[in-house]
Amino acid sequence: MKINDVILQTVTKLVVFIILTFGVELFFSGHNDPGGGFIGGLVLSSALVLLFLVHDIETVEKGIPVDFKKVAAVGVLFVVGTGVGAVLFGASFLSQAFGHFELPVFGSTELATVVLFEAGVAMAVVGTVVTIMLSISEDV
Amino acid sequence: MLTITMAIFIPFLAAIFIPSIYKGIPRVNIGWFVLIIPVTLFIMLARNISAIAAGETYIQTIPWIPSAGIYFTTYLDGLSMIFGLLITGVGSLVILYSIYYLSARESLAHFYVYLLLFMGAMLGVVFSDNMMVLYVFWELTSISSFLLIAFWYHRKQSRYGAQKSLLITVTGGIAMLAGFLMLYAMTGSFSIRENIASVGELTGEALFLPALLLVLVGAFTKSAQFPFHIWLPDAMEAPTPVSAYLHSATMVKAGIYIVARFTPVFGGEPVWFYAVSAVGIFTLFWGSLNAVRQTDLKALLAYSTISQLGLVMSLFGLGSAALHAGYSANSVLYTQATFAALFHLVNHSTFKGALFMMVGIVDLNVGTRDVRRLGGLMSLMPFTFTIAVIGSFSMAGLPPFNGFLSKEMFFEAMLTLRHLEFFSIGTWGTWFPVIAWIASVFTFVYSMIIVFQTFLGEHQPDRLDRKAHEAPPGMLIAPSILALLVVTIFFFPNIIGQYLLRPAMASIYPSLAGEMELAPRILAWHGKVDTPLLMTGGVVILGIILYRLLQYWRNIYEIGPFRWNLDALYNGMLSFAERSSSLLTNFYMTGDLRNYLSYIFAFFLLAVGGSLWFTGGFSFDMSNDAPIALNEYILVFVMAAACVLMLFVRSRITAILLNGVLGYSIALFFVFFRAPDLALTQIVVETVTTGLFLACFYFLPEWKREKSAQPTKIFNGLIAVSAGVVVTVIALSVQGNKMFESISVYFENAYDLAGGKNIVNTILGDFRAFDTMLEVVVLFIAGIGVYTLVKLKAKKEERDVED
Repeated sequence: MKINDVILQTVTKLVVFIILTFGVELFFSGHNDPGGGFIGGLVLSSALVLLFLVHDIETVEKGIPVDFKKVAAVGVLFVVGTGVGAVLFGASFLSQAFGHFELPVFGSTELATVVLFEAGVAMAVVGTVVTIMLSISEDV
Repeated sequence: MLTITMAIFIPFLAAIFIPSIYKGIPRVNIGWFVLIIPVTLFIMLARNISAIAAGETYIQTIPWIPSAGIYFTTYLDGLSMIFGLLITGVGSLVILYSIYYLSARESLAHFYVYLLLFMGAMLGVVFSDNMMVLYVFWELTSISSFLLIAFWYHRKQSRYGAQKSLLITVTGGIAMLAGFLMLYAMTGSFSIRENIASVGELTGEALFLPALLLVLVGAFTKSAQFPFHIWLPDAMEAPTPVSAYLHSATMVKAGIYIVARFTPVFGGEPVWFYAVSAVGIFTLFWGSLNAVRQTDLKALLAYSTISQLGLVMSLFGLGSAALHAGYSANSVLYTQATFAALFHLVNHSTFKGALFMMVGIVDLNVGTRDVRRLGGLMSLMPFTFTIAVIGSFSMAGLPPFNGFLSKEMFFEAMLTLRHLEFFSIGTWGTWFPVIAWIASVFTFVYSMIIVFQTFLGEHQPDRLDRKAHEAPPGMLIAPSILALLVVTIFFFPNIIGQYLLRPAMASIYPSLAGEMELAPRILAWHGKVDTPLLMTGGVVILGIILYRLLQYWRNIYEIGPFRWNLDALYNGMLSFAERSSSLLTNFYMTGDLRNYLSYIFAFFLLAVGGSLWFTGGFSFDMSNDAPIALNEYILVFVMAAACVLMLFVRSRITAILLNGVLGYSIALFFVFFRAPDLALTQIVVETVTTGLFLACFYFLPEWKREKSAQPTKIFNGLIAVSAGVVVTVIALSVQGNKMFESISVYFENAYDLAGGKNIVNTILGDFRAFDTMLEVVVLFIAGIGVYTLVKLKAKKEERDVED
């Protein structure tokens, strides 16, 4: 799938970073504001999908040498792992904990194990979407 | 005690690391690393023997899903101790043996990972007190057994045997699950101990008998009892260490474990007594009878294992009579059957393990295990011969080997049946010792076949694939240890009796434990010539005669009932199921997406529309609805227009874009109704799916107008319109009927409960995290599914697999 479109490519170079930043912002804001692992992951993967659409697959794979199947697998591991982790601490499966901590730079910050869970969700989403995208478009 | 829970998980954890160790340290055989695990576990367990013998039990509970009554409870008592020691002890020896048995070219990492999986699962079965947890481990043993039987998966027979064992044992497992659920329905607890405690209230319940039978089906399939025994001979396609471990010493005894464990629950019931003892004794007879006709040594051992399992099973059936009688002189008699069962269980593991390993050595050295081609190996393989003699003579019930002791006790237990006064057994009681005796004669005959046809007689070097020679010393260690045990147990049986069997008896007869001594002294010589000894003598005399005349009476296997083939029945059922399901599937899987959609919508119409119609759920109440603003009217109009236009466009890309209009309009609706999370999600999902659509679109052919008959068109149109109508009606009815209290109150204090202000995300990540977790897993599976479907197309020409 090769489209030679200079304008699109130039715009994409800039826009992708905006989208990625937005995705990360959505991920972290999800705790108290709209956003979260699923949406963050989807936005991140839409940035990647845009890259794959605008450039050809080989170029992108050279730039981002990541096996997205593994990303998805690690994500699932995170999600299940936080559940099992809770059991190891004597709580029941998938209990999430949170607390307020004094951190050097950030001041009083709320840290929650749900972040790990959401990170797993995001990784699973990114990995799966890109895997499907690549599998379909590489099948010539 | 945490260590018991750990003992279950250590093999699983080790299994994770095996592949990387295998790659990282290629020079050392991976088996040596694996060997550490069962040896450690064995020592760990053995250190508790004296505490268990003193009557202690260890229990530890970790809440797993408390709301469903599922706790990860591990329980170590006398009964699970015996099995735990067998699993880890025989496991150590088997791994030691495999190090020499399997060549380094095999995929050893796979082998040991499967073996460790099995070990962990089997420990889980015997240490779990919660029936649901037990069931999970139970099925896991079936799966690891499947993987191990199919270890040489390029052979057709291996795949057949693996599938057969999986189908039969898992079917039994599901029956057992149903039985467990019935028990839960009656007692409200999945804990076996709590079920035992409430046994008095159980007997009258309507579900009691079905639960009993279903649990028994599970036990019988796993322990290869007639008529489910047919999987075991085919399972012999597995590598010999696996046969020694899973299919004679441990996994097939899981069914016996279940029978023993549930004896306190079901034991007093006549049905239990009859089913267990009759099936057991018939399996004993049938297995030994069929073992004699086998020419493959491993098949012979398989039938012999079936027969010996039947022996142990029948003893447990007999022993359950003690619970019916309550405390009396008679019940003392019947508990002795259970004692003999436990004793023979241990003995069988020792001599059968040694025999399997012996056959493995012969097979590996000369390239065949067909008794017709073997012979005269005694002088060439003296150590292997010694092991074979010890194992076989013990199996035949001869002194000075441990099989003699348990065989005597078996006869004695069978003879007590004649005095049984309850269960209206009548003259049937006399048949049991007779069948037992006949079966023992055949047992004697096939034991002799193993020794004499393999090691004596004429050596035929030209019929063997390789020149015969003694096995390397390392390979002889494991079977020698077992053979040594066979002899040692004969001379010191009471060590086992007092330290292992007595505590196990206490867990099978919790109600009788305090009232009487359950473990008698095991004696080789009772001081007089009694009936069991005479029976053994008869077995030997008739056995020798029959063995001598074997060639004259072998023909009986050609006649009558031996032709009735359960295997043929199984194969017939399997191919019938395959044929009919492919017929059914081909009938409706036309490959046309439009057909599938019409099935889905037609079902939806019938199920949802139908139930709406019959329950009279239509009631529209628009009085509480908010007024509709102008922008909402516009948006609805845009969506309707996009929908209708989609029917008339000529190119795919326009259709995709119009579909996108629908999606983004819905997102706008979410914005109007102030649901930013949903709006965001909808927009991004729409974007990504449009991208995916474009990727697929690239490969699709030109969009042609499809021609279909007028009635089909009308029918499809009807389905489409009515689906739309039903959805609209549902939406309106839902708004009109408030049947339940709103649950949103529960989530309002999300910040206190889950620490987040975004309620949507606290629901996703905390309140309903289990749903999210499973959704993520499903998403991942879908992704991998797409990947494998697209990428891994079958490359037939490269496969090295028998079809």
